[in-house]
Amino acid sequence: MKYKLLGTLVATAAIACVSIASAGTLDDVKKRGHLKCAINTGLPGFAYTDDKGNWTGFDVAYCRALAAAVLGDPNKVKYKNTTGKTRFPTLASGEVDVLSRNTTWTLSRDVDLGFTFLGVSYYDGQGFIGRKSLGVKSAKDLDGASVCIQTGTTTELNLADFFRSNNIKYEPVPIETNSEARAGYLAERCDVYTTDASGLAATKSTFKDASKHMVFPEIISKEPLGPLVRQGDDQWADIGRWVLNSLIIAEELNITKANVSAKANGTKNPEVNRLLGTEGSIGKMLGLDPKWAVRAISAHGNYSEIFEKFIGKNTPLGLARGQNALYNKGGILYAPPVR
Amino acid sequence: MARNGEQTQNTGFKLVNLWTDERYRGLIFQFALVLALFIFIAFIVSNTIQNLKTAGLASGYSFIFDTASFDINQRLIEYSSTSTYGRAIIVGGLNTIVVAVLGIFASTIIGFFAGILRLSNNFLISRLVTVYVEFIRNVPVLLQIIFWWVILLALPKVRQSLSIGDSIFLNNRGVRLPSPIFEDGSLFVLAAFVLGIVLSLFIRRWSLKRQEVTGQTLPIGIISIALIAVLPVLVYIIAGQPIEFQAPLRGKFNLRGGLNITPEFVALWLALSTYTAAFISEIVRSGILSVSSGQKEAARALGLKQNITMRKIVLPQALRVIIPPLTSQYLNLTKNSSLAVAIGYQDIVSIGDTVLNQSGQALEMISIFMAFYLTLSLAMSAFMNWYNEKIKLVER
Repeated sequence: MKYKLLGTLVATAAIACVSIASAGTLDDVKKRGHLKCAINTGLPGFAYTDDKGNWTGFDVAYCRALAAAVLGDPNKVKYKNTTGKTRFPTLASGEVDVLSRNTTWTLSRDVDLGFTFLGVSYYDGQGFIGRKSLGVKSAKDLDGASVCIQTGTTTELNLADFFRSNNIKYEPVPIETNSEARAGYLAERCDVYTTDASGLAATKSTFKDASKHMVFPEIISKEPLGPLVRQGDDQWADIGRWVLNSLIIAEELNITKANVSAKANGTKNPEVNRLLGTEGSIGKMLGLDPKWAVRAISAHGNYSEIFEKFIGKNTPLGLARGQNALYNKGGILYAPPVR
Repeated sequence: MARNGEQTQNTGFKLVNLWTDERYRGLIFQFALVLALFIFIAFIVSNTIQNLKTAGLASGYSFIFDTASFDINQRLIEYSSTSTYGRAIIVGGLNTIVVAVLGIFASTIIGFFAGILRLSNNFLISRLVTVYVEFIRNVPVLLQIIFWWVILLALPKVRQSLSIGDSIFLNNRGVRLPSPIFEDGSLFVLAAFVLGIVLSLFIRRWSLKRQEVTGQTLPIGIISIALIAVLPVLVYIIAGQPIEFQAPLRGKFNLRGGLNITPEFVALWLALSTYTAAFISEIVRSGILSVSSGQKEAARALGLKQNITMRKIVLPQALRVIIPPLTSQYLNLTKNSSLAVAIGYQDIVSIGDTVLNQSGQALEMISIFMAFYLTLSLAMSAFMNWYNEKIKLVER
């Protein structure tokens, strides 16, 4: 009896003592044979299941490109659905290799929570939608209004900051899900509804009388969304960062899903050649083979193709490129050069 | 113990007895088991803490002193967006307690009435109550909360508010009441209120004693109401009306000023009260049925009226059966109040979620939730156990 109990104790101790420390995420992923990627539980355009039940969307496309670059197959991804509450512990505990879930890059997340952001995949910002009949032209005229808020990110903080700095009062009505928050706004429980501008566009598109509502010109916060990894594995962070950059650079250099394999045989443009691995040795520098970027771009095409396919003009979300256009096309999307 | 000593004296205590003597052996085994369990738990805890640190998941509770930077619409204590996270969590905790206490109050009243009425001989009444109980307790409470909320949102819009004398307004953003402004002398009114309660308790006790001696009763209910309600009003008039009421005014978007009771609060309160009351009514019914019918018959034979029989004979005995499961229902109601996040009543979970999202301290915040509900539930259990002890049948 006693010996058995002692044995159990020792065994448990041995199991519990196995530390989280590991060689490197890249090696782990290669050994495992698939990438573990944390995504949303479901957000139109960004992460949703297609008619075959496979996860797809703007955030998912990044996971697939990363898997293609590292493992050679965009399908070698296991998705982990996370909520606003579970996403950070899921990443921190090592349950996933990367988090691609419309997460805002902020100082405290970067520094205090111990994560490394890989860049910005979508520049968002918090805005308001209200009825035209209110006769309000700007969010600064909302003194005394009731505001429906979809919670789950830093929406409430931005709102409080905005109203405080403009010295105006309001009644917050924070609601957890978009559907109930929308219902509250439509029933005129609130005068205005606030969430990220991308979400407002999606929500407005579902209104029956969309023309009677307007999105106010003010964007009250900066919400740079992007993928992130655990701090402390620089090689893995570099790979993640440059997979994202390669998609943006591909748009800049007119490399598309259709022409990437042709261009991979060598072109006159040295930067294209360096990116696609016919010149130089950037693949080796990253710890990958020379054709990593070819595979990343082949997964869903370049940034523009991914944007237009999941959230662009011809999708239900109907988002314009706006700030998310390339720096030389009126936007602020800018990736460092490959050399 | 004495026998123990005797035996030891007779045979002499030898070390081998620790193993051969069944009683000592048993003790040793139990001691060893407790020790092993203790070491095991200590080991698990320290290991978990260590591993969480390694994973960068635990960074302590110092975040509760950081600035919250978000607003709360229902607050019982002073709070603004420049207050700390800790204060925000307290505001949320108080909001939970408010809805829990009011919910327990309402559900008890509805539940007792429904339980008694279901046993009524009136076919229509008992069937109506049966329909209520079966319908309500078989539909998930989350749906009921959202149902009530959507119903309340169908009230008139803010610009078409219903109003009583332009001082009380009703619309789909809640009920807005005039807010009291306390001036000098309002303390007297409060004192009169407290005095009223104390006096009525005193009279009740005196009347019970008198009843034991003479058999005569007083209408205590009416006297108490008169004391508690009328006395403060009299003092209020005598003291020169020290409390003023400020009516809400119509603003550009909303009514301004006054006290606002939000539809989220009302929806949550209604849903929790009616839902829990359905369960309580069944507990009350089983409690009443557990009292042997001989008691009722004896009371009737003595000429007691039906409602007196119920109040003085049946219910006190039924309570012994009712209280323990009733406690569980109260605890359920309290914990169900966390479903408030769905409609935006800012209880501790709703506010805690915001804190969690902003600070990223998931484990710490969840542990605060757990500690809060555990403390609240244990306190309620302790109170109900005390009450249960108090109403136990005194056997003579």
